[in-house]
Amino acid sequence: MAKLLLYLTLATSLIPLFSVAFSPENPTDRRVLVLVDDFAIKSSHSLYFGSLTSRGFQLEFKLADDPNIGLQRYGQYLYDALVLFCPSVERFGGSIDVASIVDFVDSGHDLIVAADSNASDLIREVATECGVDFDEDPAAMVIDHINYAVSNFDGDHTLIASDDFIKADVILGSKKIEAPVLFQGIGHSLNPANSLVLKVLSASSSAYSANPKSKLSNPPSLTGSAISLVSVVQARNNARILITGSLSMFSNRFFRSGVQKAGSSIKHEKSGNEQFLTEISKWVFHERGHLKAVNVRHHKVGESDEPAIYRINDDLEYSVEIYEWSGTSWEPYVSDDVQVQFYMMSPYVLKTLSTDQKGHYSAEFKVPDVYGVFQFKVEYQRLGYTSLSLSKQIPVRPYRHNEYERFLPAAYPYYGSAFSMMAGFFIFTIVHLYSK
Amino acid sequence: MAAAAKAGEATLRHAFGNVLSFFILLLIGVLAFSIRLFSVIKYESVIHEFDPYFNYRVTQFLTKNGIYDFWNWFDDRTWYPLGRVIGGTVYPGLTLTAGTIWWLLNSLNIPLSVETVCVFTAPIFSAFASWATYLLTKEVKGAGAGLTAAALLAMVPSYISRSVAGSYDNEAVAIFALIITFYLYIKTLNTGSLFYATLNAIAYFYMVCSWGGYTFIINLIPMHVLLCIVTGRYSSRLYIAYAPLVVLGTLLAALVPVVGFNAVMTSEHFASFLVFIILHVVALVYYIKGILSPKMFKVAVTLVVSVGLVVCCAVIAILVALVASSPTKGWSGRSLSLLDPTYASKYIPIIASVSEHQPPTWPSYFMDINVLAFLVPAGIIACFLPLSDASSFVVLYIVTSVYFSGVMVRLMLVFAPAACIMSGIALSQAFDVFTRSIKFQLLRILGFSEADAGDGSSANVVPENDAVKVDKSEETIKERPSRKNKKKEKEQMEKAQAEKTSAKSKTEKRLLVLPMELSVIGLLLLVFMGAFYVVHCVWAAAEAYSAPSIVLTSYTHEGLHVFDDFREAYAWLRHNTEVDDKVASWWDYGYQTTAMANRTVIVDNNTWNNTHIATVGTAMSSPEKAAWEIFNSLDVKYVLVVFGGLVGYPSDDINKFLWMVRIGGGVFPHIKEPDYLRDGQYRIDSQATPTMLNCLMYKLSYYRFVETDGKGFDRVRRTEIGKKYFKLTHFEEVFTTHHWMVRIYKLKPSKNRIRGKMKKSKSRTSTPSSKRSGSRKKNPWQ
Repeated sequence: MAKLLLYLTLATSLIPLFSVAFSPENPTDRRVLVLVDDFAIKSSHSLYFGSLTSRGFQLEFKLADDPNIGLQRYGQYLYDALVLFCPSVERFGGSIDVASIVDFVDSGHDLIVAADSNASDLIREVATECGVDFDEDPAAMVIDHINYAVSNFDGDHTLIASDDFIKADVILGSKKIEAPVLFQGIGHSLNPANSLVLKVLSASSSAYSANPKSKLSNPPSLTGSAISLVSVVQARNNARILITGSLSMFSNRFFRSGVQKAGSSIKHEKSGNEQFLTEISKWVFHERGHLKAVNVRHHKVGESDEPAIYRINDDLEYSVEIYEWSGTSWEPYVSDDVQVQFYMMSPYVLKTLSTDQKGHYSAEFKVPDVYGVFQFKVEYQRLGYTSLSLSKQIPVRPYRHNEYERFLPAAYPYYGSAFSMMAGFFIFTIVHLYSK
Repeated sequence: MAAAAKAGEATLRHAFGNVLSFFILLLIGVLAFSIRLFSVIKYESVIHEFDPYFNYRVTQFLTKNGIYDFWNWFDDRTWYPLGRVIGGTVYPGLTLTAGTIWWLLNSLNIPLSVETVCVFTAPIFSAFASWATYLLTKEVKGAGAGLTAAALLAMVPSYISRSVAGSYDNEAVAIFALIITFYLYIKTLNTGSLFYATLNAIAYFYMVCSWGGYTFIINLIPMHVLLCIVTGRYSSRLYIAYAPLVVLGTLLAALVPVVGFNAVMTSEHFASFLVFIILHVVALVYYIKGILSPKMFKVAVTLVVSVGLVVCCAVIAILVALVASSPTKGWSGRSLSLLDPTYASKYIPIIASVSEHQPPTWPSYFMDINVLAFLVPAGIIACFLPLSDASSFVVLYIVTSVYFSGVMVRLMLVFAPAACIMSGIALSQAFDVFTRSIKFQLLRILGFSEADAGDGSSANVVPENDAVKVDKSEETIKERPSRKNKKKEKEQMEKAQAEKTSAKSKTEKRLLVLPMELSVIGLLLLVFMGAFYVVHCVWAAAEAYSAPSIVLTSYTHEGLHVFDDFREAYAWLRHNTEVDDKVASWWDYGYQTTAMANRTVIVDNNTWNNTHIATVGTAMSSPEKAAWEIFNSLDVKYVLVVFGGLVGYPSDDINKFLWMVRIGGGVFPHIKEPDYLRDGQYRIDSQATPTMLNCLMYKLSYYRFVETDGKGFDRVRRTEIGKKYFKLTHFEEVFTTHHWMVRIYKLKPSKNRIRGKMKKSKSRTSTPSSKRSGSRKKNPWQ
C-alpha cells in the first residue's frame, strides 16, 4: 500500500519512445519505406541508399502513387522509418496521406523528407506539419552569388557550396566535415520560437530565395542566413525528422563531384555531401544521441531500501544510470552537467550529479526543512540528444510527535520554575493545613 | 403516624416520578435517534455532503493505523503539492469517538463497518444531547422543565439538519459536548463540588477536541461569572465552578494539537484569563473584608483602588498596544466576522463564499426552531422568576446565541439548544400553572369538604407564609452577597416544613389560580402548539433535512427520479485513472474526491491556503491556454466540473463561479470581476462578456451542451447559453455522467510537434504572398 503512494513516472515523452518507436530491445531491425517519384532515383542515388543498407537497414522502394502502399496494417506499423524522395507527388497512393504520415511520426517513427524546386503542395504540407516552411513561391530556388559552387553545368548560381554547419558533434559526428556541401534546391525558414527544430545547414548571409529565371521585382521574402537548407526536428516523443529542400544533394552525382567554392582557391576532390548526409542519417535513425535513463533510485544515506516517505532534514542519496545508444549497444553516457532537482512548485534543491564514468550518476543532499509532496526531477535537454525528463514523486513529512528533543537546554529555567513551584505549593499546603 | 404515612406517600410518589422520568427520558432518546433515521430509510446508509466524507476518511485511517499514526498523519493526497498535516489541523473528537465506538463494538465481536458506525454516530449523540439537556434544564428549573426541554431538543429541526444519520460532522458530537459542559458548570455552581468542577474541565476538553465552537464556551462562562460578580452574586461556589475550569481546561485544551498554544495566545481566550484575574481579586477582597473591621476595610479599599487603578491602566495599555500591533488584532477571520458581520464580505471572500457563513433569513428561524421562537420570550420571563445563578446563565446563553445565529446560519445550531431549554421552561411553567388551576378548581367543585379543609389550612398558613417572606427579605438585606447560602437555607427550611408544605403550596397555588375555562383552553392551545411543533419537526426531518446531497431525487409526473451522478463520476475516476493522478476541481468537491475516488486533489474543503484556492479559481476564470498552463504546473491530469444546466441542479459551478473570480482576483489581480459581468449582471446568455464566454469554467460546463436539445437551454439560469459551438484545444472530455451533472476533462499532453506557419487548409490556387502575413495563431505550447 505504501508503495502505491510512491511512484515512478517517466515523463510522457519517454513512454511512447520505449513502447513503440526506436526499440531498445531490438534496435537493428530497421525497416525503411522509401517513396520515390520513379525508380530511376534508386540508381541515381544508390550511394546514399548503399550506405543505409550497409548499416543494416532494409529499404523498401515504392512509387509514391503506388495504390498498394500503406504505413500500417491491422494497427501495426510496417516500417520504422519513412523516406520521402518524391518531391513532385501530388497525391500518395494507397492509404498514405499527410495525416497518416503525421501519425506515423507522432507514434515515434523517423522521417526524411527531400523536396525539390518542383516540390508539390503535399510535400510542403508534410514539412509544415513538422515545423518547416518552404518558400511559398513555387518557382523560387536558393541563389547565392558569392558562395556558389564553381561548376561547369550551372550558370545561375543555384548550386551552392555551403559549409555553415550546426556545431553539434552529436548530430554531425565528431569528424569535422572539411569539404563544403553541395546544395541545389529550395530553401525553407523556421519559426524561431519553435524549440524542436534545428537548422543543421544554413545558407550564407548572401543567399536569397527567388526565381532564378525571372528578374527580381520585389525583395525576396527569404534572405541570408534565415534560409535553412537542411533542418532536423526532434519531436517531443523523440521521433526525428530530416527535411531538406534539395533531393539532388543525395544523388551520386553530388556525392562524387568535386567542389570549389567561388572565391576560394581550395578545390576539394570530393564534396562533403556523403559525409554530411551519412552522419546526419545516423542521427536521424537514432544511432547517435539517443539516451536512456534507468534504475532511478533514492534512499536515505546509510540505507539501501527506497522509503515511501521522507522526513524533513533527512539525508538522502539519489542515483540514476544514463546510457547512450551507439548503434550496436548501450554505452555509458558520460557528462558532468546532469542535474537533479528536488522540486515542489519550484526547485528547493538543485544539485549536479557526479558520475563514475560508467553511466552511474548520483548525488547526496539534505531534504529541505519544508514538508509537502516533492519530486525528484531530472530535466536533461542538450542539443541533439533526446530529452530526458524523469520525475519521481515522494512525500516529505514533518517530525512525528516523538521525534522532537525531549529536553531543551534553553528551557531549563522553565523546568526549574515549574518543579520549584510544585514543591513550593506542596510545602505551603502542608504548612497551611497542619501549622495550627 | 399520619405524618409518617404522608412521608411514605411522598417517597413513593418521588420514586414513581423518578421511574416515570427514566422511562420518559428513554423514550426521548429513542425519539431523538429514530427521527434522524429518515435519511437511511428514504435513501440509504451513506455518508452525507462534503465534510463528513473527510471525517469518514480520517476515521478509516484511524481504525486502520491506530491513534499514533493518526496523530502524525501527513496526508499527501490533498492540497497537492503542499500536503496537509491532518493530525495537527483536525479536531479529533469526532473521529476518536467514532473510532472508539467501532473498536468497542469490534472487540465485542459485533463486526460493523466503519461507515455504519460513522453514519449512526450523530443520531446516537443526539440522544445523549437530549439527555444532557434534561440534566441542564433540571438544574435550572426542575425535572418537569428538563423533560420538556429534552423532548423539544430531541426533535428541533435546526439540530436535526446537522445530525441526521450520515451527517458525520463535528457538530454531531459537539452539541452534546456543549450542553454537557454547560450542565456541569451549572451543577458545580449549584453544588460547589470540586468533583463536578473537574468533570466540567474534562467535558470542556471533549468539546475542544470536537469543534472550533468551543470558543463560545470559553467566552460565555467568563461572561456569566462576570455577570455574577457585578450583580453581587459572588460565592465560593462560583470560584470553584470557574477557577478550575480555566486552569485545567486551558491545560487540557493546549493538549489538542490543532489548538496548542492558541489556547493562551489568541484573543478568543483572553476574556477567560481576564475574568480569572478579576475573580481572584474579588475573592481576595471578600477575604480581606472578612478579616478587617469595616472601617479599616474602607481605608484599605481606597488605598488599593487608587494604586490598583494606576497599575490596571498601565497593564491594559500594554495589552491593547500588543493586540493592536497584530494585523488581525489577534482574532481569526471567522471570529472577526462574528463580531463584525460585514468583515468577511469585505476582506475574506473565501469565508463569505460559504453559504453557511451567511446571515440567516427570517423564515429560516421559523423553519429551524418553529414555535420555539414564540416560547423563548416566555421562557426568559420564567427565568427571572426568580433569578438564580443557573437561570441567569441560561438567559445569557440565549441572548448571546441569538446574536451569533443572526450573524451566521451555521450558529443556529448553538442557538437551538438554548431555545429548547427556554421553551421547555416556558412550557413546563405554563402547564404547571394551568394544571394546578384546573386541579384546584376541580377540587373546589367536587369535594367541598376537602376544599374547606384546604381553605382552612390555607387561612392558617397565610400569615406564616407572610412571616417567612418578611424573614426572607430581612435575610436578603442582611447578607446580600451570599444569597446562594440563603437559597440553600431556604431550601432546607422548605424541607423542614415538608409536612406543612402541602398546605402551604396550596396557598401559593391559590394565588396563581386561573379560571377553569381559561386554563382548559390554554392547555388545549399549548397541546395544539406542541402537536404542530411535532408535525413540523417530523416533516423537516423527513423532507427537508434528510437528503444526503450526493444522491438527489426529484418528483415529476412520471415518478421519482434519482440523480446519482456524483458517485458515478467518482467511481469513474477511481476505476479509470492512475492512482497518483491529480484531479482539479473547485474546493467544494475536494473531500469527496479524496474519499470516494481516492485521487489526489489540489484544494479541498479545509480552506487553509487561500493562495492555492485562488490559483484554482484563477485557472477556472482564465482562457483555456492560461488555464492549461496553471493546471499543468500543478501536475493536474483531470479537471472536474459540476454542471446543473441540463437537469436544473442549482448549486453547480457556474453559480459558484463568481466566487472563483473573486477569490482568484483577490490574489491574482489580472482577474477582474467586472470583466465577467455585463452591466453588473452575471449572465451566460448571448449578452455575456467575451471574457465570460471564453473562460475555462464556461467552456468546460457548456462544451457540447447544445447537442442535448439543439438550443443549449440552461435550466438553472433559464436562458439559452451565449456561445454554443466551440471546440476545446487544450482539454478533452473524458467522462460526463448520465445527467451531465459532473463532467470530467483531461488535460491534453503538449503537442508532439510544432507546426509551421503556413495555413493548413491552403487552397492550391491562392497566391501565397497574400496569405502570408495573415494572423498566424500563436503557438499555444510556448
